[in-house]
Amino acid sequence: MTANSGNDAFVVFDHVQKSYDGETLVVKDLNLQIGKGEFLTMLGPSGSGKTTCLMMLAGFETATHGEILLNGRPINNIPPHQRGIGMVFQSYALFPHMTVEENLAFPLEVRGMSAATREEKVKRALEMVQMGEFGSRRPAQMSGGQQQRIALARALVFEPDLVLMDEPLGALDKQLREHMQYEIKHLHERLGITVVYVTHDQSEALTMSDRVAVFNDGVIKQLATPQDLYERPDNSFVAQFIGENNKLPAKVESREGDIVTVALPSGKACQALAVNCGGTGSDTLLSIRPERVRIGAAEDVNSTEGKVLELIYLGDHIRCRLNVHGNEEFVVKVPNSSDAGQLSVGETTRVTWAPEDARALDML
Amino acid sequence: MANLADARGNGPAPTLTTADGKPLREALAKAERHARNRAFFLVLPLLLFILITFVAPIAQMLHRSVHNPAFSDNMPNLVAWFEENPEGISPDEGGWDALAQDLILARENKTAGLVGTRVNYELSGTRSLFTKGARNARKLEPPYREAILDLDEDWADPALWQVMRGASSAYTFNFYYAAVDKTLDQDGNIVDVDENRKVYVKLFTRTLILSLLITFLTFILAYPIAHLLATLPLRYSNLLMIFVLLPFWTSLLVRTTAWIVLLQSQGVVNDSLVATGIIDDESRIQMIYNQTGTIIAMTHILLPFMVLPLYSVMRPINPSYVRAARSLGATSWTAFRRIYFPQTIPGIGAGALLVFILAVGYYITPALVGGSDGQLISNLIAFHMTNSLNWSMAAALATILLTGILLLYWLYDRLVGIDNLKLG
Ligand SMILES: Nc1ncnc2c1ncn2[C@@H]1O[C@H](COP(=O)(O)OP(=O)(O)O)[C@@H](O)[C@H]1O
Ligand SMILES: [Mg+2]
Repeated sequence: MTANSGNDAFVVFDHVQKSYDGETLVVKDLNLQIGKGEFLTMLGPSGSGKTTCLMMLAGFETATHGEILLNGRPINNIPPHQRGIGMVFQSYALFPHMTVEENLAFPLEVRGMSAATREEKVKRALEMVQMGEFGSRRPAQMSGGQQQRIALARALVFEPDLVLMDEPLGALDKQLREHMQYEIKHLHERLGITVVYVTHDQSEALTMSDRVAVFNDGVIKQLATPQDLYERPDNSFVAQFIGENNKLPAKVESREGDIVTVALPSGKACQALAVNCGGTGSDTLLSIRPERVRIGAAEDVNSTEGKVLELIYLGDHIRCRLNVHGNEEFVVKVPNSSDAGQLSVGETTRVTWAPEDARALDML
Repeated sequence: MANLADARGNGPAPTLTTADGKPLREALAKAERHARNRAFFLVLPLLLFILITFVAPIAQMLHRSVHNPAFSDNMPNLVAWFEENPEGISPDEGGWDALAQDLILARENKTAGLVGTRVNYELSGTRSLFTKGARNARKLEPPYREAILDLDEDWADPALWQVMRGASSAYTFNFYYAAVDKTLDQDGNIVDVDENRKVYVKLFTRTLILSLLITFLTFILAYPIAHLLATLPLRYSNLLMIFVLLPFWTSLLVRTTAWIVLLQSQGVVNDSLVATGIIDDESRIQMIYNQTGTIIAMTHILLPFMVLPLYSVMRPINPSYVRAARSLGATSWTAFRRIYFPQTIPGIGAGALLVFILAVGYYITPALVGGSDGQLISNLIAFHMTNSLNWSMAAALATILLTGILLLYWLYDRLVGIDNLKLG
């Protein structure tokens, strides 16, 4: 799913600001459009305002400024229970005094559905998350993963068009989390619902989303597909936050089209792709993904010497830490092919990367 | 290490044994005995303290309610005569004989007052008979019947002899009968006491009704406060909590007197109402020295006991429950009724039980502000303890009160379950 243009967007944040205390802005001028059927993830470090955005959308917080539209209607004055938005909480929020069935029947009951309809829908929802036999259990009698599924089923049972999830997998162990990621993704594909998902786990965001909005300090730093986000980060924060990344501070010397020549602290020059850097003389940060650096390849424009400081065997690849241009934390991922065994600690080797793989970004 | 000896064999269930062949259960008990003993020695001082200061006095009190030896110890001849002569027989020469001997004995031992008081409990106005009789015991000459009746005609009253017969046994249920407005007639049947002497049942009923009312009022008042406390940011809720607890740091007497200052007919409330012209000077509202005073003051004093358990239950309730309910389509009222309220029931139970039990036994406040119709059963118990010195009666009343509370506790356990109780 690609980003929808403004007119048919399902959810719109229009210049939304939020302050809790009247002194600091927790969300600063948020503009975001979410298409119908899209899986959009808000990704960002803790405290960056993701939950606040979700709560404004759900109706539990009011925007201090700006407008939120749902299906073209402003919702600032619609109370939460009339918004028809399903929500999965990090703590699951399963009602402890009710059985699983009662939990699932609750949204149907408050909508005045008949007992027969309720039973039917609850049964279907339970089967959808493969929890058919657990209907009579209480939340406390189930494991975290099982509660997670029930919470998911409850948010979906009344067939909302929009489902919000606030770090729903945060409390699960790694294996279960990965498993649930796929399940949620498949459910989304099958039901065609719109999902706004909040997480601070970048791999989760990349796995599940159509688009990811990277938050920092109340601002969306970049809104893009997972691939764009990883391959083409717009700024140093995103490059840092998503995946692994080698940073080389530099100064712009000259620019030719998209390619800039920069001077490194070591005194050597290097070519990079101008993404987010100033003109000649300004400081920039080169961002190079570890897997884009080749070791021992043929001499090229950006070839330089690197001293191997550490080798870590990781099965499918070898993680090699080198001193490159004075940066001792320069990491290269060497595929575990037959010629990989030749490296040894202390050896000096040639490292090379293409000018397009070194992105000249803003200083952090 | 345990090994499953012959686990799959038929016959009796196999016993698990330790590696060296001892039965596992025995080994476990042995291993834990040491820890258990040490734990026991740690609680021993407290156990002794409770036994000496709590269990023993209560047991003694309970015993006192059925045991009063004041008559039986000091009137041995009459006791013997009552034993020989069955119920319903009017005193013969032997009976008067025994009475005279006992009066002489009472004079020697100076116990006439004790004995008189005991009989007076059940038949008022009789104490002086015994003191006068003992004073003049030396002058008594046979035939004793005439001699004693010469002293006072009242000695012939059959009711007096019935009471003395009852008192001749140290163990008696008479105090319990009296505590529920019953008495024994001359043939030993349980009958109602005179209409104008019926006080206890009325007081028990009033105590029950007022306590229930006060419990309900504290609940109505405390629920919103506790909710506010539980949802406010900690900074504000701590301040508010201090206001809730402030009454605890003030003497009970001060608090009660404060209510007197506020509510009396020349008090702050009435003065303000008159000053603002809401009521006339003549029609000042009587808010104290009656039931209203007891209800107002006790509701105020017992309020923290309702707030605290409610608060401790509400504080950990995650706000996301209500949010979840709202997002699922419930109005705020439905979310409260179906989701929030049910989760606070353990706190309501604990608070209600606490307040009710305290209210049922409350005594200082009703004594100070209750007037005549705001007195509770405890005031009567206190009266019997300190004024009439009828400790057996006080004990009987207290026992009935205690039994009632235990009954309620049991009922609560059956209906709600004691493990649902959350005090903090
Ligand atoms: N109810 C609240 N009252 C005051 N400040 C809040 C409240 N909720 C969140 N904040 C503040 O807003 C900022 C963003 O919080 P949040 O939206 O929860 O971030 P995230 O979900 O990205 O971790 C944080 O600095 C947090 O302290
Ligand atoms: Mg959050």
